[in-house]
Order: sequence, then structure tokens, then C-alpha cells
Amino acid sequence: MVLSVDKVEFSYGKANILKDINFKVKKGDFVSILGVNGSGKSTLMKCINRILKFKEGMIFVEERDVREMKEIEIARKMGYVPQRSETGFITVFDAVLLGRKPYIKWDVSSKDIELTEEILKVMNLEEYALRYINELSGGEMQKVVIARALVQQPRILLLDEPTSDLDLKNQLEVMKLIKEVSCAQNIASIVVMHDINLALRYSDKFIVLKDGQVFTSGGREVITPELIKEAYGVDVHIKTFEGVPLVIPKSQ
Amino acid sequence: MSFKDETVTGYKSYMRNKLYIGAVLVLALTVTIIFSIKVGAANLSVYEILNGLVNSQAAGASIIWNIRIPRILAAIIAGCCMGIEGCIMQNVLRNPLASPYTMGISQGAAFGAAFAIIVLGAGALNSTQADAVIVNNPYLTVFAAFLGAMIGVSIVLLIARVRSVTPEAMILAGVAMSAMFTAGTMFLQYFASDTQVAATVFWTFGDVGRAVWSDVWIMFILLIPALAYFMYHAWDYNSLEIGEETAKGLGVNTDRIRLHGMLISSFTSAVTVAFLGVIGFVGLIAPHIMRRIIGTDHRFLIPTSAILGALILLVSDTVARAILAPIVLPVGIITSFLGAPLFFYIIMKMGR
Repeated sequence: MVLSVDKVEFSYGKANILKDINFKVKKGDFVSILGVNGSGKSTLMKCINRILKFKEGMIFVEERDVREMKEIEIARKMGYVPQRSETGFITVFDAVLLGRKPYIKWDVSSKDIELTEEILKVMNLEEYALRYINELSGGEMQKVVIARALVQQPRILLLDEPTSDLDLKNQLEVMKLIKEVSCAQNIASIVVMHDINLALRYSDKFIVLKDGQVFTSGGREVITPELIKEAYGVDVHIKTFEGVPLVIPKSQ
Repeated sequence: MSFKDETVTGYKSYMRNKLYIGAVLVLALTVTIIFSIKVGAANLSVYEILNGLVNSQAAGASIIWNIRIPRILAAIIAGCCMGIEGCIMQNVLRNPLASPYTMGISQGAAFGAAFAIIVLGAGALNSTQADAVIVNNPYLTVFAAFLGAMIGVSIVLLIARVRSVTPEAMILAGVAMSAMFTAGTMFLQYFASDTQVAATVFWTFGDVGRAVWSDVWIMFILLIPALAYFMYHAWDYNSLEIGEETAKGLGVNTDRIRLHGMLISSFTSAVTVAFLGVIGFVGLIAPHIMRRIIGTDHRFLIPTSAILGALILLVSDTVARAILAPIVLPVGIITSFLGAPLFFYIIMKMGR
């Protein structure tokens, strides 16, 4: 198990955001976290990499308790892409190179430069290397931040709504890239998704949150009209098209 | 050459260009230093200057070594400090207006100095000439100014630490602190004698001419470890630049980086303001100009902001000595005079 989450609870003051969260993730898994707004998806992501300090329960990464790991050790195990990232007056190369931060002492090594170059190539960003990131489109920027997370050489990739600002083509491209790279490098990806169909197309495991609890989890078979009704409050049909289940909301 | 190498060579030459910009700044500073040694009431020729620099018995030697060199070094070192302080504060507080002035450090120092002069009787007006105003007990005044500066910013940082407030709240607390200190200074002045008020007002006119060799050494000895600390954390500041959460995800302890950055830059700032008085705008403008020119990579931004800060302050001081010669203006007046229009120009030219 690369990640196991055991009875995790989290609250902001009195408001209980996460209750009794349990799940396990294997190497190479592509896990989608689903649920309505405010169901605790982003909070869960931040608890996993200790940006938020949960009080109850335990999280193990490759059998190590995250509460006993230093920030920098966690950053070497997990690459995290938040919902929003700020741009700035730095080049794409520098923006990706920043992912080597957990390994940098005084300055970057030639290995850091090489790895950055490799990832730029994998993500098809080479021609943008010396562009400033504030000149990029949403899709390009999203690839840059994912490239940054990958250059951390993580065992686990945590992506919070990586496709929410992207057009259809970029949505498919980014999801495909994540899937390919995580397969090739045997990284577990945990992705918060709003688009259930996109999740069904690329993920092999699903965790559905409701009111801060794991409502259900498992493979594609757990995504049923009854589940969608319970978790999202929407009546849907589920049809299989070209081997992929499609969730279609019923007309009113 | 393979495609792979092209990206890396392209990146390396991009890095080299940043070094060239740094070299140009150093060159400009060197030229200004030479020019600045020449400018002054005693009209020294180039020969006298060169002779005076190497031969301590020469005619101009004492003017050069006792008056002009300490003044120039004070301007350079203080300018470096201000450039760095602005650069770090703007980064860690995520706010383009952050500087020792907005955090209430200058106002705290002014209050401390006023307290020393008025309440503790450290100063008085003893001549009509500007330079001769002040200060029966300069050490007490300097110390009180330093304390005033540190107390204000410490309260802000303590609030931030205990309540873990946002950077915006820290800026607001700094602004509130400056308002309190300004009110405190005015309160003291209201009950003070004319000469005491004049002395406190003169104290706030920042002037690098106040520095003697020992002040220069103290500032220099503080600058070096501060600069080393900031350079060591250049990548942490780069991470903060792209957002708090991303930085945390990269293993950066953002709260600690913010607190330490503020503490160290406030400390150096408190020392320079205590020795030299209030010199505005340099700390705000130098990092902004450099950010526009070389970007937000702090490996380059920190040292070039320092050099540009030194350059701005030294040019301003040279202007201050030359423009109404033989009257020597306090450099604080010039930096704001030159700085504000320059700032407008940059904002309009660069947009955003």
C-alpha cells in the first residue's frame, strides 16, 4: 500500500469537516474523489499531505506515519496541485524547476536541470520553456503545475480539480497525460473531480464523499443511479457507450 | 546538437543574461562612487582624490577618509539593506506595498527618537545650521529609535504568531502601528519646547551624513549574515511567489519563512533607521524595478535589489550634496522626490 488513511477526522473549530475517513491506495491506482461542493474533498487532500493538521486518525505513506515526517520528506513523497495557483514573472522552466525545491539546498544541481528538461519533454512543454507563465493559457498553465508536481518525483500525486478551468480538448489531454505518466512511473494519483464522466473515463477507483464521510468506494461498478441520487441529489441514467459508463441527468 | 540540449542551453543563456544585468548595476554603482567622492564643498581634483585615497598624509586625505568615504559606504550599505528588506517583505507578505515604512518601523523609530530627545532630554538645537541640530546624546537617541522600531514590529509579529493571522492582516496591523506611533510622536511634540520639536523633526530627515565609521561597521556586520540567510532561502521565496498552498506542497514551512524573513529584515531596518533617520521609498522602489527587469527569481532578485537600492541611495545623496551646494540636503527628501515620479513612470510604462 502506498497510502492508507485510517479513521481520519478533521475539524475547523467546532465544524466537523471530515469524519472517520478510511481508504487505501495501491501503486499505480488512479483514484477519483467525488462529491458535492463542501463535502470535504479539498480538505481531505490537504490532510493527506499535512497542509492541514488532522487531530484524529492516522495516515501512512509507504508505511510511514505522515505526522512523523518532516515537511520536506512529505514533499518528496507527494506532489500536490491545489485548485488555484498564482502566476508570476518567471519562465516555464523555472516554474517547473521549482518542483525540485524539496531536494535543493543552496542551489539547483545539474540533475535537477536534467529532470526538469525530461518532464518538459514528456508534457510537451519544451517549446514553452522560456515563456513567462503569466503569458500562458489555462490549459498550458495546468500542464506546467502538473509538470512541477511530477518533477518532485513523488510516489503519490494529489490533484485538486485539475480540469475545472479547461476546455474539452485540454480536459482530455490533461487527464490522459496524468494517466500515462502515473502508469509509466508507477505513481498513485488521487484526483478530486467534478466531472463524473471524465472521472469514469480515466479512473479505476472511486471514493465518493458525503457530509465529510466516505459514502462509498470501489471500482466503476459502485457508480450507480442510486448512488448519484444519494450523493448528489440528482436523478440520472447510466448508459454504457464504447465501453465507458456515461452519467446522463434525467430531463426534468 | 539534440533537441534536449537546446532547451537547457537556452535556459542557461537566459540565466547568463541575468548575471549581465547584475554586472551592469555593479558598474553603474562603481562609477557613482567615484563621482560621489569628487562632489562636495572642498573642491578636490581627480589627482587629489587618487592621492588622498592611497596616501594618508596628502592634503585631501582627511576629508576623503573621514567625511566622504563613511558617508558613501553608509549610503551603499543602507541602500543594500533597504533593497533587500523591501524585496523580502513584499514577498513574504504577498503585498506590493510592504516595506519598513508600511510596517511602522520608521514611525516606531521616530517615536523612539522623539522620546529620547523630549522626555529623556537627549537633544537640543544648538546652532542654526541644519547639521548642527541635535543631539547631546546621540547614542541614547539611536538606541531609543532602535527600540521604538523593534517594539512596533515585534507586536505585529507576535500577534501574527499567536493568532496565525494572514499576511494582509499583518500589513493592516503594521499600518495601525504606524498610526499609533505617529500619534505618540505628535503627543510628545505638543508638550515639548520649540528646540526639542525642531530636534525631533530634524532627526526624522534621513541623512547618511550622520554615519561615522563605527555605524558603518555595525550596519555592514549585520548586512552580511542577513544577506546570507535570505540567499539560502531564495527558493523558499520563489515558492511563496506562486502561492501559499503550492509552497506548502513543496515542503516549505511558510509560517516560519514569513516570520523569520520579517524578523530579520525588520531588525536590519531598525538599525539603519536608528543610525540614519527615515529614508523613504528606496525599500519600496528598488525591488519593484528589479522585478520588472529580471523577474521574480529571488536568486537574482535579492542581490540585484540590494545593488539597485545602494545605487538609488548613493545617487540621491550625491544629488542632495550637489543640487543646492554648499547646502547639503538630507537624502530622505531627495529619495522621495526622485522616487515618486520614477515610480509613476514605471507603473504607467509597464501597466498592470
